[in-house]
Amino acid sequence: MAVLIALFSLVPLGYVAYMTVATGWDTAVGLILRPRVGELLANTLLLMAATIPLCLLLGVSGAWLVERTNLRGRRVWAVLLAAPLAVPAFVNSYAWVSAIPALGGLGSGILISTLSYFPLVYIPAAATLSRLDPAIEQSAAALGLGAWRAFFRVVLPQMRIALTGGGLLVGLHLLAEYGAFAMIRFDTFTTAIMTQYRSTFNGAAGNMLASVLVFFCLLLLLAEVRSRGTARYARIGPGVQGRALRLPLRAYQVPAQIFLLALTALAFGLPLIYVMRWILAGGAEVWTAAEFLPALLATFGYGIAGAVATIVVAFPMAYLAVRKPGWFSKSLELSNYVTSSMPGIVVALAFVTVSIRMVPGMYQTAGLLVAAYVLLFLPRALVNLRAGLAQAPKELDEAAQALGKPPLLAFIRVTLRLTAPAAAGGAALVFLAIANELTATLLLSPNGTKTLATEFWSKSSEIDYAGAAPYALLMILLSAPMTYLLFQQSKKVAGQ
Amino acid sequence: MTAPSTRRLPEPRVAASVAASTNSHLQITDVTKNFGSQAVLRGVNLSVAKGGTTAIVGPSGSGKTTLLRLIAGFEHPDTGTISLNGTTVAGDGAWLPAHKRQIGYVAQDGALFPHLTVGQNVAFGLNAAKLEGGRRAVAARVAELLEMVSLDASMAKRRPHQLSGGQQQRVALARALAREPELMLLDEPFSALDAGLRVATRRAVAKVLAEAGVTTILVTHDQAEALSFADQVAVMRGGKLAQIGNPFVVYTRPADRATAEFLGDAVILDAWLEGSLATCSLGGIPVRRPPAQGRVQLMLRPEQIRIAEDGPIRGVVVDTDYFGPETTVRLKLNVPQEVAEHADHRYPGGGEVITIRHWNASIARPGMELCLRVVGEAVAFPVDA
Repeated sequence: MAVLIALFSLVPLGYVAYMTVATGWDTAVGLILRPRVGELLANTLLLMAATIPLCLLLGVSGAWLVERTNLRGRRVWAVLLAAPLAVPAFVNSYAWVSAIPALGGLGSGILISTLSYFPLVYIPAAATLSRLDPAIEQSAAALGLGAWRAFFRVVLPQMRIALTGGGLLVGLHLLAEYGAFAMIRFDTFTTAIMTQYRSTFNGAAGNMLASVLVFFCLLLLLAEVRSRGTARYARIGPGVQGRALRLPLRAYQVPAQIFLLALTALAFGLPLIYVMRWILAGGAEVWTAAEFLPALLATFGYGIAGAVATIVVAFPMAYLAVRKPGWFSKSLELSNYVTSSMPGIVVALAFVTVSIRMVPGMYQTAGLLVAAYVLLFLPRALVNLRAGLAQAPKELDEAAQALGKPPLLAFIRVTLRLTAPAAAGGAALVFLAIANELTATLLLSPNGTKTLATEFWSKSSEIDYAGAAPYALLMILLSAPMTYLLFQQSKKVAGQ
Repeated sequence: MTAPSTRRLPEPRVAASVAASTNSHLQITDVTKNFGSQAVLRGVNLSVAKGGTTAIVGPSGSGKTTLLRLIAGFEHPDTGTISLNGTTVAGDGAWLPAHKRQIGYVAQDGALFPHLTVGQNVAFGLNAAKLEGGRRAVAARVAELLEMVSLDASMAKRRPHQLSGGQQQRVALARALAREPELMLLDEPFSALDAGLRVATRRAVAKVLAEAGVTTILVTHDQAEALSFADQVAVMRGGKLAQIGNPFVVYTRPADRATAEFLGDAVILDAWLEGSLATCSLGGIPVRRPPAQGRVQLMLRPEQIRIAEDGPIRGVVVDTDYFGPETTVRLKLNVPQEVAEHADHRYPGGGEVITIRHWNASIARPGMELCLRVVGEAVAFPVDA
């Protein structure tokens, strides 16, 4: 079972590798080494080179203000800084294009992606800072380091895992994002693959672009593994961690408030305001459009099916990892880790190709789309399930057996029961992620099927901004609890 | 520590469970278990009589918990057999899973189910459908069990995390007793408790189990706990049982030096053994069942060495440690005259530093010379042991 899942999870990577080989060396080189690819490469690299440092800067300074200073209203800011994550990047793009219709090119790509993705750095950074033993800073102070030097020499190195992890996530999102960049006519590998796919369906050119994209994803993954290092960051020694001292901001209080206000206004306020403006402009008519209800129902249907399927698939993997650690569960995790970096477009392309060639009956069926969702969102469910299983040690199972319950019944009544809340949390995260998924859904959904994301996309592509607004609002509303869940979860796992 | 006041230690009484009996409740024969290439149990034989209490004691990593898990049915033995009431439950191709073995099991931390209340935990093993009176009978039985472990019936509504460590352990015991097991397995159930609570909980548990007449096996690394709890102590070391016997026997007549030192403080002296009399820095001391002749190592318990005004042996106090009710005194022994006078003595010692205990701190100050007397017999170990 687990082996099948592992093989299944390697489908996208295998597809890319196979396609590259099948295309033939000369053709592949010819397709990769052309000016168009160079252009995309420059775009993508410049975008990453500017956006990742900006996200790190904004994320860390936000986290530091909230967790380590006497910032006024820091409890509210703590949540508001994570809130932009509730706005899908392509909705953000839509709002900005509504605000400044002339937007386009690299600059606006950097602007929109930074505003959309800095919470990916902020959340782990804040979680790490809140967990960081203040005694470390106090020791640094006792050794004669001022607040600034202590931050750079002691605190920042401790946040390395959070920062590399957050930076990796931003990078992967930049590589995978389609909607946000397509809307401002900024070309990256993903948008180019989509265009190729639309024009030639399954051309070698698109496949080669996909392998370059996958190559970059793996490169990022490798960079993260390398920079993570082997040093230990866990707290050493017994005793209860003290409370952090907060640095008084004094004269900087007002500038700090203005900075955070501006940041959240641009990242969260502006999209919300423009969505509401379009909703008001559209009036009641847009809510009663014939497509609206079916799209909502389809989103719920796919969300629930995908969430359940993902949990069912993730459970045996989590179980193996927690209860039977060994080379097998390690390699399962590794394959899952690699798959988690695959952009939605690559997964979708792989599924299109594999289904057409091997099981034509599966192409453009709901089952295939759900399978793609499972692959895309398996890592999110795994994080939750592993934490949940860790709360249900096997000693409890054994206690139930010693009390006369057969192993299967003991498993159901104890382990399964204790893991249920974590599974529900994981399922909710997957559900909400599916509700906002655009790229894979566009490629794989059965003919005529509309979801909130695809319907939003088709409306806004037709410049029917008012018609798209209700879908945008619903997606934001659905994402809000997901953001909150992620925020809560990060606080729990940061210590490990 | 209660030392006998008589010069000679009384004859040890042999517990019923020590004698290899044919009506043993649990019989373990030549059991081995490996985890990977690591041999955890290397041939264990143990017999436990019905209604007896046995403590398996040993340092951590000696395999005692593994042995308990084999008895419970959580693991399979590699070779050897385990039988309950004469029926083989593991080994020789037989296998009875844990849930059919009629055993109770209390884990180190109690392993209460966090999602259930105390009452639901206790009732977990009960089957309402099979019990006469259904749900009400279950509720009554839960109250009865809680009372048995000295917990208020109102506790049944609480959650495990609302209980103290000692209460959790007692709930775990009540839960294990609910199915009226014939054999109770306790895996270091008191080690997570603090010192005062540990003794109280251990006593309460021992009382409950004795009243219920349940055969009990306790695994512990705490020798005092093992000696006070059980009527049969099995000392485990390196995957083997080094000695099995009643607590008095294993403490006063340990089979080897390692066992002696594991079970308590020991004074070890080089000595020369002739017949049943050993000569050492403490003079001539009788030895019971001498294992060898000539050069031996002699083991005495510190409480056998008394400070007495008319004592024949002299030692100079090196230093002392004050513990309140008692003081440990480190003494450098003088070479006894009778030994010094014998020109041809072959006894190898002289001038050793030993540690003894005394209740009165004021009579022992560094530099003072004290007179000592030895009470009872010593145990001799061959030198190469």
